[in-house]
Amino acid sequence: MDPKGKGSPDASGLARVGSTFPDEVMQIVLALLNSHRDRSSVSLVCKNWYDAERFSRTHVFIGNCYSVSPEIVTRRFPNIRKVTLKGKPRFADFNLVPPNWGADIRSWLLVFAARNLCLEELRLKRMTVSDESLKFLSLSFPNFKALSLLHCDGFSTDGLAAIATHCMNLAELDIQENDINDKSGSWLSCFPENFSSLEVLNFANLRNEVNFEALDRLVSRCKSLKVLKVNKNISAEQLKRLLVHAPQLTELGTGTFLQDLTSCQYSELESAFNKCKNLKTLSGLSEVTALHLTPLYPACTNLIFLNLSYSALKDVQLAKLLVRCPCLRRLWVLETVGDKGLEAVGSNCPMLEDLRVFPADTFEDIAHGVTESGFVSVSYGCPRLRYVLYFCQQMTNAAVATIVHNCPNFTHFRLCIMNPCQPDYQTNEPMDKAFCAVVKTCAKLQRLAVSGLLTDVTFESIGRYAKSLKTLSVAFAGSSDWGMQCVLGGCPKLRKLEIRDCPFGNAALLSGFKKYDSLRSLWMSDCKVTMNGCRLLAKERPWLNVEVMKEEGSNESRANKVYVYRSVAGPRRDAPPFVLTL
Amino acid sequence: MDGTLGLLGRGGGGGSSGSSTNESTVSKVEIVEQDFVGMPSEASSYPEEAELELGLGLSLGGGGGAAAVKAKASTWGERGRILTAKDFPSVVSHGGSAPSRLSDRATAGALGAVSGTKRAAESVSQEGGSPTGASQVVGWPPIRAYRMNSLVNQAKSQRAEEDKMIGEQDKSKDASKKKIYTKTDITPKEKGHLGFVKVNMDGVPIGRKVDLNAHSCYSSLAQMLEDMFFRSTSTAKSTGGEKEQVKSSKLLDGSSEFVLTYEDKDGDWMLVGDVPWGMFLGSVKRLRIMRTSEANGLGI
Repeated sequence: MDPKGKGSPDASGLARVGSTFPDEVMQIVLALLNSHRDRSSVSLVCKNWYDAERFSRTHVFIGNCYSVSPEIVTRRFPNIRKVTLKGKPRFADFNLVPPNWGADIRSWLLVFAARNLCLEELRLKRMTVSDESLKFLSLSFPNFKALSLLHCDGFSTDGLAAIATHCMNLAELDIQENDINDKSGSWLSCFPENFSSLEVLNFANLRNEVNFEALDRLVSRCKSLKVLKVNKNISAEQLKRLLVHAPQLTELGTGTFLQDLTSCQYSELESAFNKCKNLKTLSGLSEVTALHLTPLYPACTNLIFLNLSYSALKDVQLAKLLVRCPCLRRLWVLETVGDKGLEAVGSNCPMLEDLRVFPADTFEDIAHGVTESGFVSVSYGCPRLRYVLYFCQQMTNAAVATIVHNCPNFTHFRLCIMNPCQPDYQTNEPMDKAFCAVVKTCAKLQRLAVSGLLTDVTFESIGRYAKSLKTLSVAFAGSSDWGMQCVLGGCPKLRKLEIRDCPFGNAALLSGFKKYDSLRSLWMSDCKVTMNGCRLLAKERPWLNVEVMKEEGSNESRANKVYVYRSVAGPRRDAPPFVLTL
Repeated sequence: MDGTLGLLGRGGGGGSSGSSTNESTVSKVEIVEQDFVGMPSEASSYPEEAELELGLGLSLGGGGGAAAVKAKASTWGERGRILTAKDFPSVVSHGGSAPSRLSDRATAGALGAVSGTKRAAESVSQEGGSPTGASQVVGWPPIRAYRMNSLVNQAKSQRAEEDKMIGEQDKSKDASKKKIYTKTDITPKEKGHLGFVKVNMDGVPIGRKVDLNAHSCYSSLAQMLEDMFFRSTSTAKSTGGEKEQVKSSKLLDGSSEFVLTYEDKDGDWMLVGDVPWGMFLGSVKRLRIMRTSEANGLGI
C-alpha cells in the first residue's frame, strides 16, 4: 500500500514515522492527492493518516447513492466541496426501472446544508432532482459554482431559473440528456445583467427557445466562457454572432445549420469559425445539409472530439469533414454515415481512440446502417482505438477477430448487434468466437458489452481471460447457469454486472455470493431468478441490499428485476412500494 | 420467413438468418426468439415505454417522460389504439415473461402467437434480405429515449422547415431545385415538400409513397391506394413478398380485409377518416394498410 505522491517506497516505514509526522505537512502533501483510489489507500494506512485524509478531502465520488448515506459521508468528510453522485442502475436509461424508484438528491442536499458544507460543485448522474431541490441548492450554498446534470429527471426549466437567479458565483451549468420538463426558455434570462462568471454553459438538452439577445449579452460579458453548447433553436446566423463574442471557446455545440444562408452570411460564419483557434470539441450540428459544413472547416484543425451523434450525416459529408481534422481522437457518429463513412474514418483518423456509432431513428424500408465491414475498415486505419461503442445490423466472428488483432488496446468494447440472439450471419454460428477473441487479445479490457447469439462458451472465456474487466453488460445471451458462474468465479476486477433476459437462475445468482462484496452492483432482469433465491442471498449476505422490483400481474415467485449492491447505509429508507428489500 | 409477416416464424423468426441450422443451440434460440419475433420491421431503435414501444415501436417524439407516456396511454383508449403490451400483461417482456419464455417450449408457441400479434403494428416487413428489425422488446436496443426523441424531432422540424420554405417561395420556379435538395438531403423519412408520405401494407415488403396533396378527400386517396396495392397486375411493383389475393374492396368502410391507418405527428396510430381532411393532412406522417384482424381497438 504505497500511497502515490509520497515518494517513499516503504509504507510500513512511513507508518512508524507517521505518528510523528507533522499534521501540517501531511495536509500539504495530501492536498496534492486527487485520485480517489489513492486517497482510499492513504486512509487505510493508520489512524493518523485516516484523519488527515478525511479532513483534507474536498471531492467525494459516490458511484451508488444508496451505498452510503449523506450523514455518513458528511461525518467522515466535513470539508468536502465537490460531490459526484450516481443514482439509478444504468438500465434505467432503457426504461427497465419503473418511475419513482428513488435516487432523489433531496435528502443529500438537506444534510449538506444542515452540516454547513461549503458545497461548490454537484455532479449528478441518473438522479431524481426536483425543482424544489434546485431552488434549495441555489439558496443554501452561496459559493456554489458548478452544476452538472446527466441523465437525470424530475425537474423543469423552473429549477434552472432558480439556479440562474440565485447562484452568484456560478461557473458551470451543464444540462445533458435529461428528462426535463421543458416549460420555456425564460430561465436563461434569469442570469443577472452583471453576472459574468460563467465558464461552461450547456443547454443543448433543452427544446424551447431562449431569448437570444439575453444569451448574446451573457456570452459577451462572460470572458472566461470556455464551453458553450446551445440548443437547436439557435440558428447559424445567431451562432455566428455568439462566436464573434467568444472566439476563446474550447468546446462548442452548435444549433441547426438548416436554413439557407446568403453568401455573405456564409463567409461571415466561416470567418467567425476561423477565429476560433482553440476549439477542441465540436458537437450539435443537428439538421445539417452538405453545403453548410464548409464554414466549420477553419475550426477543425485542432479538433480532438467531434460529436456528430445527433447529426444525420452521410458518408460524403463526413469524409470531407474528417479530412480537415487531423488530430481527431474521439468521434461519435450516427449509422447514417454507413460503412463508406467508416472507411473514411479509417483513412483520415490515425489518432483515433474513441469511436461510437449510434443507430439513427429511422422508419426506412431499405437496409441501412453499418455492418462489420465498416468496423473492420476503422480497425485497419486506427490502431490506437481503445473505446468503441458500435450498433450494427450484422457481425461475424471473423470480423471481430480481425478488429481486435488490429487494435489490441481496447479498454472499452461495447458491441450491440441490434437483433437479439443473432448469430454470425455468414457461418450461422454463435458469436462466441468473437468475444473470446476480444477477451484473449485485449488484456486491458475494462468494460465489455456483448450481444448476438452467445452460449456459455463466451462466459467461460470472459471469466478466464478478462483479468482487468470492471463492467460487464449482458443481454439475451448464455445457455445456462454455468455461464454466469464462470463470470462470477473469474474476473477478479469486476465491479458492475448488469444482465437482462438471460437463462441464469438461482444457482448462478447464489454462486457469486462472496463476489458481491466486491461489486458495486448487480442487476438481473427477466432472468430465471426466483424470490426464494433472492431471499437466500439476502440471508447469506445480510450486509448486501438485495432488492426486488415487483410488477403488477407478474408471477409471484419470480424475481423479475433484481438489484443487489453493497451498502454501509443498510436497507433503503425511501424505497417505493414496488421495491422489496429482502 | 413464414407466410405471415414472420411474426410467428420459428426457424426464421427473430431475424436470425440461420438460427435453425445451429444444432447445439437451436432449441434455445427458437425459444428465445419466440418472444421477440416480429423482427421483420425496420431496424429501429425505439424508446422503451411498454405502451408505445411494444405496440407501435414508435418514438415518443417530443420529450416523452414517463408521465407523458402515461397520459398518452389513457387518451389512446378513448381514440382507439393498436394492441399494446398492456393487452398481454403476462406475456410482455416488461412484465417479465421469463417463466414461460425461456423454459417452457410447449407454451412458447402460444406465446409466440401472442407476441406476434402484439407487435403487429410495427411489422412492416423488410424487403427480402436479412430481417433487421431490432425487436420491440422493452429497452432494446439499448438506446436512451432522449436520443431517439431528439432524432425524431429533428426529422419533424426538418419537415416543418421545408414546408415553411415551400410556402415562402415560388413553387413552380423552385420545384425542381427543391426536389434535388430534398433528395440529397439527410433524413428521407420526412414527408417531403410535395406532401408525399410513405405507405406500407402488411405482408408487402416494399412500401410506396403517395402525394397527399394530389388528393382533396379521403375517397380519392383510398382509391389510389387500392389501385396501388390491390391491383397488382396493373402496378409496377416487383415484390416477391406475400402478396395477398384481395378482392377489390373499400379500405375505408371496413368491408375489406384491411384497414387504412395513419401515424400522426404525436406518434399515435389512428384510423383514417375520422377527422376532417385538412386536419388529417396537417398531422399525418405516414400511412399503413393494416390487416383488420390486427387493428382491433381502432374502433372497427
